[in-house]
Amino acid sequence: MTPLTGFLLVAALLFAIGLAGALTRRNAILVLIGIELMLNAANLNLIAFWRYGPHPEALTGMMFAIFSIAVAAAEAAVGLGLVISIYRHAHTTDLDMMNRMKG
Amino acid sequence: MIEKMDQIFVSLLHWLISFLPAFLQPFVGVVICVAVIVCLYPALFALAVLLERKGLGRMQNRYGPNRVGPFGILQPIADGVKSLTKEDIVPLSADAVVHFLAPVVLVVAVFMGFAVLPMGRNMVLVDMDAGLLFYFAMSATTELSVFMAGWSSRNKYSLLGAMRAVAQMISYEVPLLMSSVAVVMITGSLSLTKIVAAQDSYTGIFPHWYIFTPWGFAGFVMYAIATTAETNRSPFDLPEGESELVAGYHTEYSGFKFALFFLGEYVAMFSISGLGTTLFLGGWSAPFSFLTWVPSWIWFFSKIMLSICVFIWVRGTLPRLRQDQLMNFAWKFVLPMTLLNLFVAALWHFLGEGWQRWVFCSAILVVAYVAMGLVEMRSDHFGPRKYRYAE
Amino acid sequence: MSVVFYILAAMTIAGGLAAMLLKNTVHCALAVTVAFSGLAFLFLELDAQFAGFAQILVYVGAVAILVVFAILLTRGSETPKDSVYSKNWLAGLVIAAGVFAVLGWAVLQSAAVLPHETATPTVTVLDIGNALMTRYVLPLEIVALLLTVAMIGAVIVALHEKTEAQ
Repeated sequence: MTPLTGFLLVAALLFAIGLAGALTRRNAILVLIGIELMLNAANLNLIAFWRYGPHPEALTGMMFAIFSIAVAAAEAAVGLGLVISIYRHAHTTDLDMMNRMKG
Repeated sequence: MIEKMDQIFVSLLHWLISFLPAFLQPFVGVVICVAVIVCLYPALFALAVLLERKGLGRMQNRYGPNRVGPFGILQPIADGVKSLTKEDIVPLSADAVVHFLAPVVLVVAVFMGFAVLPMGRNMVLVDMDAGLLFYFAMSATTELSVFMAGWSSRNKYSLLGAMRAVAQMISYEVPLLMSSVAVVMITGSLSLTKIVAAQDSYTGIFPHWYIFTPWGFAGFVMYAIATTAETNRSPFDLPEGESELVAGYHTEYSGFKFALFFLGEYVAMFSISGLGTTLFLGGWSAPFSFLTWVPSWIWFFSKIMLSICVFIWVRGTLPRLRQDQLMNFAWKFVLPMTLLNLFVAALWHFLGEGWQRWVFCSAILVVAYVAMGLVEMRSDHFGPRKYRYAE
Repeated sequence: MSVVFYILAAMTIAGGLAAMLLKNTVHCALAVTVAFSGLAFLFLELDAQFAGFAQILVYVGAVAILVVFAILLTRGSETPKDSVYSKNWLAGLVIAAGVFAVLGWAVLQSAAVLPHETATPTVTVLDIGNALMTRYVLPLEIVALLLTVAMIGAVIVALHEKTEAQ
C-alpha cells in the first residue's frame, strides 16, 4: 500500500463518516459539521494528489485546496446564520420536526 | 570576542550535542532548545508579575508587595507556592474533561508560538518559510481554549465572560493580521528571520526599523492596540474584569489550573511582544549602529521587557472599555485604518527614495486618522436608553 | 508508511467519529476541532505547509468557533429528550457505507496506475504568492467577492427582526 493509497483511504473514510453524520443526526448544526468534514476529506484528497502527482510545482492541488478552505468557511458562516434564523422562527433545530412547508 | 558573546548560546548548544552520535544530534538539539524556552519564559513571567504588581502599585500611589523579601522580590515564589498548594476545586456539574483540558490547550498553543521567534542572530528554533502564518495559527487556537474554559464551568458568569472574550479576540484578530501583512508586503517574505534581516541595516547611525516609517509607525500602533485586546489586557479586559464578572472565564478555576491560565496570559503577552519587536522594532538588531557590539539576544529581550513595561503602564493609566465600544472601535476604526495602512505601505514602496514619500504617506495617514476619528467615533447617540433582551 | 501517518490518521478518524456519535453537541464541536487539527498535521506531513497552517487558522480558529457560537445561540447544548439520531438513521448509515465501499474499491483497484513516491516538492510562499497573482488571479478575485457576499448575506439572514416580537 503506497502512501498515496493510505491518504486516499483516510479521505474516503472521513468522507463517509461526514456523510453518515449529515444523514443521521437530528440537530441541524451537526449536519453542517458533517458537511464540513466532507469538504475537509475532499481537501485531503486534493493535497495528496498534488504531492504525489506528476507536476507538484504547478501548485494546482494546493491552490484548489486553499480556495476550497475559503469557500467552506464562507458556506459555514451562511449555513449557521440560516440555522439561527430558522431557530428563531421554529424554536427548535430538530430536523425531524421541520417536515412541513407551512411556516 | 564580540561574535563569541553574540553566538554564545549557539556554540554552547553545538558543544553539548557534539557528544552524541550524528543521527541523534538534531533531535536532542531541538529538545534542549525547547527545554530552555519552557524554563526561561516562566522565569520571565515571574519577573513580569512582580514588575506589574510593583509598577501598578506605584502608579496608584501605593507600594506594591513589599513583605516577602527585600522590596518584595520573593513575591513570585510565594505566589507559586500558594497556587501549587491550593485545593483544586472542580464544580460538581462542570464538564470534567473539557474543564481539565482548557488550560492545557492554552499553555500548549501559547508556547508553540515561540518556535518561530528569532531571539538573536541564528537563534530561531525552527526557521520556517511561513513562520508568521504558523504564529497566527497558534494564536487562533488560544481562542478555542478560552471558550472551553468558560463553557465547561457551567456558570453563567463564566460563559458570558468567555463569549465576550472570544468575540473580542476574533474582532481584533483581523487588525492584528492586517497590520502584519503590511510588513510582509514590504519585506516580501513570511519568514521572520528574513523580516529581521531586512531591518538590520543602518543609514548613518539610524536603523532601518519599520517603526521609523510612516506606515510602520501607524502599523505598530494598531498592532499594539490589537495585541492588548488579543491578550485581554486593560483597557480591553472586560472579560476578566474583577468588578464586572467575578473573574470571567476563569472563575471556576483554582490552584494550579488558575496558575496555568495566568501563566498562559503572560507568556502570550511575551510571545506577541516578541512578534511585535520582530515585525516592527527590528527584532534582535541594535538601535544605533555604534551599539552593534552588544549581543543580539540582549536587544531582543530588552525590547520585549520594554513592551511589557508599556503594557503595564497602559493598564495603570487607561479606564476599561465597554464591550460594544471595544467592538465598535475594532470594526469601524482600526480595521479601515489597517487597510489604508496597506495602501500607504504600497505607495511608500513604489514612490522610491526621497523626501516626497515621507510627506505624502504621513499626510495620508494623519488626514485619514483625523477624518475617521471625527466620523466614526462621535458620541452623540445619547437618547433614552433602549433595552434589548436576549431570547 | 510512517508511524506518524498512522497516528495522525487515527486521531483524525477518531475525531470525526466522535463528532458524529456523541450526544452533547458542544462535545461534537470540540471533537470535530480535533479532526480539523489532525487534518492540518496530515497536510504538513504532505509538505503542504501553507495549506496546513491555513487549515488551522481558518477551521480551528474561525469555523469551530462559529459552530460553537451557533450551538450556544440555538440552545443546542441542552440534552435532547428523544434520541439524537433521526428516524431513518439506518438508511443514512447504509448509504454512507455504500459510498465508502465504492470509493475504497476505486482507490484499491487503481493502486497500480496511481503515481508512487516522488521527490519532495519545495514550495515556498513566494511561489504561492506568484501563482495567486498570475495564474490564479481570477479565482482569487472571485473568492474575494464570494466572501464579501457571504459575509453580508450571513449578517442579513441572522439579523434580529426588530419589527416582530418587541
